[in-house]
Amino acid sequence: MNLVLKTVLQRLGLGLITLFAVSIIIFSSLQMLPGGYAQNILGQGATPETVKNFNHELGLDRPATVRYVEWIGNAVRGDFGNSYSGTTGTIKRSVSAIIGPRLFNTFFLASMAAIIAVPLSLALGLLAALYRNSWYDRIINSVTLTTIAMPEFFIAYILVFVFAVKLRWFSPLSTVGEHTPFLEHIYRAALPALTMTLVIVAHMMRMTRASVLNLLSSPYIEMAQLKGASKAYVILRHALPNAWAPIATVVAFNLAYLVVGVVVVEVVYVYPGIGQMMVDAVSSRDMPVVQACALIFAATYITLNLLADIISITTNPRLLHPK
Amino acid sequence: MANDTKRVKGDILLEIKGLKIDGKSDDQWKPIIKGIDLTLRRGEVLGLIGESGAGKSTLGLAAMAFARPGCRITAGTIVFDGMDLTAADEAQKRGLRGSRIAYVAQSAAASFNPAHRILEQTIETAITHNIMPREKAETDARDLYKRLQLPNPDTIGTRFPHQVSGGQLQRAMTAMSMSCRPDLIIFDEPTTALDVTTQVEVLAAMRNIVEQFNTAAIYITHDLAVVAQMAHRIMVLRYGNLVEEAPTREMLKQPTQDYTKSLWAVRKLEKPESPNSDIVLSINHVDASYGGKVKVLDDVSVQVPRGRTVAVVGESGSGKSTLARAITGLLPISAGDISFNGKKLSRALIDRDRDTLRRIQMIYQSADTALNPRQRVRDIIGRPLEFYLGLKGADRDRKVVSLLESIELDETYIDRFPSELSGGQKQRVSIARALAAEPELIICDEVTSALDQIVQEEILKLLMKLQKDTNVTYLFITHDIATVRAISDEIVVMHKGKVVQQGLKSKVLNPPYPAYTELLLSSVPEMDPDWLTNLLKKRAKA
Repeated sequence: MNLVLKTVLQRLGLGLITLFAVSIIIFSSLQMLPGGYAQNILGQGATPETVKNFNHELGLDRPATVRYVEWIGNAVRGDFGNSYSGTTGTIKRSVSAIIGPRLFNTFFLASMAAIIAVPLSLALGLLAALYRNSWYDRIINSVTLTTIAMPEFFIAYILVFVFAVKLRWFSPLSTVGEHTPFLEHIYRAALPALTMTLVIVAHMMRMTRASVLNLLSSPYIEMAQLKGASKAYVILRHALPNAWAPIATVVAFNLAYLVVGVVVVEVVYVYPGIGQMMVDAVSSRDMPVVQACALIFAATYITLNLLADIISITTNPRLLHPK
Repeated sequence: MANDTKRVKGDILLEIKGLKIDGKSDDQWKPIIKGIDLTLRRGEVLGLIGESGAGKSTLGLAAMAFARPGCRITAGTIVFDGMDLTAADEAQKRGLRGSRIAYVAQSAAASFNPAHRILEQTIETAITHNIMPREKAETDARDLYKRLQLPNPDTIGTRFPHQVSGGQLQRAMTAMSMSCRPDLIIFDEPTTALDVTTQVEVLAAMRNIVEQFNTAAIYITHDLAVVAQMAHRIMVLRYGNLVEEAPTREMLKQPTQDYTKSLWAVRKLEKPESPNSDIVLSINHVDASYGGKVKVLDDVSVQVPRGRTVAVVGESGSGKSTLARAITGLLPISAGDISFNGKKLSRALIDRDRDTLRRIQMIYQSADTALNPRQRVRDIIGRPLEFYLGLKGADRDRKVVSLLESIELDETYIDRFPSELSGGQKQRVSIARALAAEPELIICDEVTSALDQIVQEEILKLLMKLQKDTNVTYLFITHDIATVRAISDEIVVMHKGKVVQQGLKSKVLNPPYPAYTELLLSSVPEMDPDWLTNLLKKRAKA
């Protein structure tokens, strides 16, 4: 157990270092974007003078290193600064206040999709392994491959067409607000969640199938068969416990995608998530918002991968129970 | 548990008639078992012996009505205790497997599921087949561990497979097979992966428990001396046919078929030793380790005389392969020095000049992995000719052909890929590749261990002939005492990283022995069917 704790702490430390490195990359690459918030807001006709004043007001005329240190120092304390665009006169809107509800919506949608997609793809993958090369296996493989091959917006439009336009079960727009009741929220987010499920199921399902099948030629699988175990028992009890590591990695990767890669789906359904907001913030050069979003995305990736690592370690008896 | 009153010794338990099994290779079905009859009575142990590809494992599994993927039973009947298994459905066969017919696999380390505890796997069949309640099965498993003389029988079951040694795991697997008190156990090369000293204990434990429960068994192996200890009757298989069948003692005394006789061959091969005081390689007080903590070589000193064969023997983990890596410089030593032709060798490979590299060559155990599968024989042997001797084009090819001749392959082999060669031919090509550099010392690391007996004999004869022709020196690493007897002039015995004994063959293989040499030599199975019984008696007395 000690060893596991040590490894987890090590990975956690490594994750923090990665996050720090990512923050530098985010900050410096945003510096390289042409134009700035001032030019953007003041338009073509702005004189250099007004731009300069504007930048001074925002503190943008100070050196980049100073601004970085200030930003990261505050971010560590949970303060992501104030949004440029939310600031009018003396009223300032903090980045956290802007991002908060959006982030909640994104995580809400991601969780919904994950709760459907992960068990579904595990079950489909195990069934495909169990009945490999059967009709079921072939059909499930081609269907999931088709959904992964189609762009998300296309799947989204098909779902809208079928479920919103033809069947009228759902609204084509998934607008939610802060005061939307929980069940109503689930109902409105159903179509986007379904879209994302279709996009990620294939990858996870195929990995489950492959990692289980990969083990089926192991001597201990043959031994289990020679001990009179049924096919399903062999797969669930003897193959699956040894297959968690690669499955967890792919699941983590796809869950991260649910948070950071959903902007297209959000746009189609007009769902107020963080992806759409980040795109808006980039085009208006609202740097504090962009930086905060990027940092949240990076943290999501790192956390989920850390979780996958922990699963790999705790399902490996060699690490969990050393000699 | 099966009904004990039914277990009358001598009743026919298993009867296989006209069995044919096909295997798929290159998308074609080819016969593996070509019509074999087999009868096994209750309480009888039948030995199946043959070389790789003889079909012995396939036949053993067929007794459980199990065909590996890519195999199919095409003809014949398998009647187990009055039930025709070829006509039985999957559920019926599953009901028998593990409970009435059990299997003990070659590598226990690979055949135990790494994710579950040993006890859990031992009693698995008893639980899933509803043969006994969990508590009873657990108590019984602990009792079996005790009977098989496993250390800490009450707690060893709570461990995971990677936490116990190979020999212990093999005994745990025997306990697993015994859990439901089967009528029949298939032992498939159960001791092949073990060291000789461990093998003795495992053989004794297995024989003992089979006798105690009056279980019938099929014992599959390629080692005649081992099967002589275990079996009442022996069947010799070759290419899926039965060559000869007889009670054990009869078979050992007078084998009637030439093939059976040839299986003895290596054991009879013996070269007279000849001393030489001209030392080509001198290893002095060498230490080496992987990563620094545990010394894998501990103060090792070995003198290798020119033009002779020095055999390094020891069990797995004794440091013999590490010694080879230290000499070649693959693993830089941490203390001591190694001199070659009187000159000190640089510790690391990278600091040695090309001519030094040329003079020391290596041949590996597995020619399958040591030869590049995408290169033709021409390039495999030609590469060292180019690299060390600067030969090119027609000159190079001429030399390759003459090397092929020296390893007794004709020039048509020059354009073949390794996959188009047999196991023995591949090892010959490895030898030619080493010879191409015109070395003074060749380190042979278990070069015959993966080969069948007859092929082993051919390779050993070839190596001896080449030594006579070129006066090359061999450092021959092996765990097999028969091979050592066959080819060595001098012997180095290693144990836990130290040299236990070294000297001329006649000295090391004859008493008085140091304790470890004694243990090692006495553990090598002999053709005498009473060998194991006598050895155990002797050890019990001491």
